[in-house]
Amino acid sequence: MINRFLAFIGRHLDRQLMALVTILLAIGLLVLFSASGGNVDRTSAHAVNIGIAVTIMWIAANIPLHYLASIALPLYLVGLLLLIAVELFGFEVNGAQRWLNLGFTSIQPSELMKIAVPMMLAWYFDRYEAVLRFRNFVTATILVVIPVLLISRQPDLGTALLVAAAGFYVLFLAGLSMRLLLGTALVGVAALPFLWESLHEYQKQRVLTLLDPMQDPLGAGYHTIQSSIAMGSGGVLGKGWLNGTQSQLEFLPERSTDFIFAVYGEEFGLLGNVVLIVLFALLIARGLVISANAPTMFSRLLAGGVTLTFFTYVFVNMGMVGGLLPVVGVPLPLISYGGTALVTLLFGVGLLMSIRTNRRLVQT
Amino acid sequence: MRRSVELRDHQRELHLFQLRLAAVAALVVVTFVVLFSRLFYLQVIQHDYYQLLAEQNRVNIVPVVPHRGVILDRNGVTLASNYAAYTLEITPSQVDDLDGVIKELSTLVEITPKDLRRFEKLLEEEPDFSSIPIRTRLNDEEVARFAVNRYRIPGVQINARLFRHYPNNEVASHVVGYIGRMSESDFAGLQNRGLAYNYTKSDYIGKVGLEQYYEQVLRGVTGYEHVETDANGHSIRTLRSILPVSGNNLLLAIDARLQQIAEVAFGDYRGSMVAIEPETGGVLALVSRPGFDPNLFVEGIDPEHWSALNDSPDHPLNNRALQGVYPPGSTFKPFMALAGLELGKRSPGYSISDPGYFVLGGSGHVFRDWKAGGHGIVDMHKAIVESCDTYFYGLAQELGIDMIHDFIAQFGLGQRTGIDIAGEVGGLLPSRQWKEQRFNQRWFVGDTISVGIGQGYNLVTPLQLASATAILANGGRIFRPHVVQHIQDSQTNELETIEPYPIGEVPLQPRHLDLVRDAMVDVTRPGGTAAWAGWGAKYSFAGKTGTAQVIGLKGQKYDEDAIDERHRDHALFIAFAPAEAPKIALGILVENGGHGSSTAAPIARKVIDYYLLGIEPKEPGPRRRDEETEGD
Repeated sequence: MINRFLAFIGRHLDRQLMALVTILLAIGLLVLFSASGGNVDRTSAHAVNIGIAVTIMWIAANIPLHYLASIALPLYLVGLLLLIAVELFGFEVNGAQRWLNLGFTSIQPSELMKIAVPMMLAWYFDRYEAVLRFRNFVTATILVVIPVLLISRQPDLGTALLVAAAGFYVLFLAGLSMRLLLGTALVGVAALPFLWESLHEYQKQRVLTLLDPMQDPLGAGYHTIQSSIAMGSGGVLGKGWLNGTQSQLEFLPERSTDFIFAVYGEEFGLLGNVVLIVLFALLIARGLVISANAPTMFSRLLAGGVTLTFFTYVFVNMGMVGGLLPVVGVPLPLISYGGTALVTLLFGVGLLMSIRTNRRLVQT
Repeated sequence: MRRSVELRDHQRELHLFQLRLAAVAALVVVTFVVLFSRLFYLQVIQHDYYQLLAEQNRVNIVPVVPHRGVILDRNGVTLASNYAAYTLEITPSQVDDLDGVIKELSTLVEITPKDLRRFEKLLEEEPDFSSIPIRTRLNDEEVARFAVNRYRIPGVQINARLFRHYPNNEVASHVVGYIGRMSESDFAGLQNRGLAYNYTKSDYIGKVGLEQYYEQVLRGVTGYEHVETDANGHSIRTLRSILPVSGNNLLLAIDARLQQIAEVAFGDYRGSMVAIEPETGGVLALVSRPGFDPNLFVEGIDPEHWSALNDSPDHPLNNRALQGVYPPGSTFKPFMALAGLELGKRSPGYSISDPGYFVLGGSGHVFRDWKAGGHGIVDMHKAIVESCDTYFYGLAQELGIDMIHDFIAQFGLGQRTGIDIAGEVGGLLPSRQWKEQRFNQRWFVGDTISVGIGQGYNLVTPLQLASATAILANGGRIFRPHVVQHIQDSQTNELETIEPYPIGEVPLQPRHLDLVRDAMVDVTRPGGTAAWAGWGAKYSFAGKTGTAQVIGLKGQKYDEDAIDERHRDHALFIAFAPAEAPKIALGILVENGGHGSSTAAPIARKVIDYYLLGIEPKEPGPRRRDEETEGD
């Protein structure tokens, strides 16, 4: 009986992904406990988040592939409508209008688009499989640009970036021609000055600060400086769990959310960082393998898009904490405190599992 | 056909997809390598640098100001001490809305506009992260009221701080001086002398008087605490502390009560008195009137008080005892008499007949005696007792300026005494060379005549006058005047005595000394110029009156009542007692006091009566007769 139950639970769970996710979540709890200054309430709140997110992952893993394809368009449209609703009726938190009050709970529709956009594009390209033309790519690009513009208006540079990246990955994997790619890149470079002008003052400041954090050590450069100090002072072996001075004495800002990697790097050193990078790399590699072996165009593109979005999270967050990239609000997947991103990410992992395990069930 | 095309395309697409996927995988690998390199750079190559930054982040080195040494008079009366009081302080860097916080605080404790002004001034000077006092000396109730509301007002704290206090207020203000917040130039001075390590820029430092002169003795050694601090500036724990070493105490020769009696004896007059213990050179009292309240300066003086002190025509901040220069007038005569005797120009019995004036041979220039009609037959004794000008005109001419200068210089007139208070000026004992250098002019015999009665170019400070009198009282032995008698080590309580030995001697024959001393005793007896002040003295009271002209009156008779108060003559008096074994010697100057006998000598009498006999003065000092009018 129990065995059958376990078999039911585990039927669609990819073993490798499951192992990696479990280790990463465990590390996350450990670091969060330290980053929150030994705050049990906060740590257990996050454990609850994990519980919810893992459940959602399990549900996603059990959604049949064909059903997934059929909800791609409705999901995208709902997401778009919600984004417009945010634009019209959303409420502000910290100067950005990102949340929508549904009465019983508040949601952040931009988060949904991180999944809905690659899913929509994968579905779209799947429909026109084998007869892809230039205009298909133009349409797909528009499908990406609309939500990205809406999100960046909130403003939420981090999410807009991730959604754009997710869309771009699918476009790229679907075979966007190299000439077009280069052309777009050229147009992008040419558009840089205009893009710069359209940035908010604080966004410009973040970019400038990256070039020279000491320019404003107590203001815009504070995050970068303090996280570099945390990282650098950690050395090879780290200061030990709960012993990071930068985090325990509260010099590190946002140490349990976006900058939790600095806490980790300070306490566990370069050695710990290598372990973490390898874990993420394995997870991403697993995602890419699933993508490569996926049965349909839709599942291939979706798996690739989701995996690479995950990768973007990791790279942007680590690059930001390490002082390589400007400070954008992107959490470290599976480690940072916060429920929304965790749910989205694990939902994505669930999709990967669904694609992996449904391969055997739905033959092409 | 259509199907095969589709199939081929399908294959091609799959191939393309896998190619792209491989490219992306390569990109992922490259990015992770880049990330790893960056982390390697931070955590291995730059590790030491960031380690240091992390330490600096967390460890705050907080200086601990040492207890400043106290200042006590010769009887143990406190002249300067420290007391602990609570201050309400704001750390501006931890406060977002400074005005709001101040408003909030003012509902809890009283904050006066004066407090606010001081706070704003400090706010400009001090760095943002330092704790800046907005209210000092909180009472217990205010402390309690703040403590209850503290959680609502971050960035504000109560600290116990040590304050310097001068319990006697104006008394001996010019001696003790005051401390104040360090200025840029104070700090630069410390840096030049290599002493800056012992200070922080927000420290207090001695500005004037003993507080300044003995700064390094009183200061002690700053301690340090290495405090672990979090990002919000809260101290977590002390990692290491180096205790401060308290400053040493100053035990003065000053008698505070004597000082006070002398100050009161001046009444409304401006002027100065210095009293010295001849046997040691210890300064018993050093008065400069008017004085000021040194407590005003400790926490930074406010502009009103400052301009009141600084702009006053009475110059209360000026230490007249050291910095005021005046012609010695007839107080010069005992020294001239000694010169005449020692240099063999006069014998005790030599007499002149005084017609009331002196005619300078050759030029025919006439020098008048203060007494029209003259003093009759005058020997040296009578010349001193009645202060006969004519006698000393003749003596001066015979001695010549070179002899006068060289002999008088031995008594230190016209030179800095080297007292242990900074800012002393030299004054002037005129000489041939001086006049040539100063005016590029040859010395005339006529110049010598005025010098002989202490007028002319002569300029001395009250301190020099007192010191010279002490040397005379001491039979020629020279002590450097010093205010501090002992320095008490704060750790061992051992006493170090300041210069208890003479630094030189003026060779004087005892019979000459006796003659001058006897004459000076008769000055305060019936027939002498200070007979009124000496009436009924129960000890042998040696003195000499003097008057110094403020403005020259050509051909007019000096009429005290007719001229402006500030143009009246300065009154001088030197004295020592008991004459046969002097315990106290003093020099007094009363600005615009008229004659030495009327204003200066009574002050000396009160001071010596108290010092020798313990007699407390009955009536307060004289009042100035009329107040000056503005713009006159």
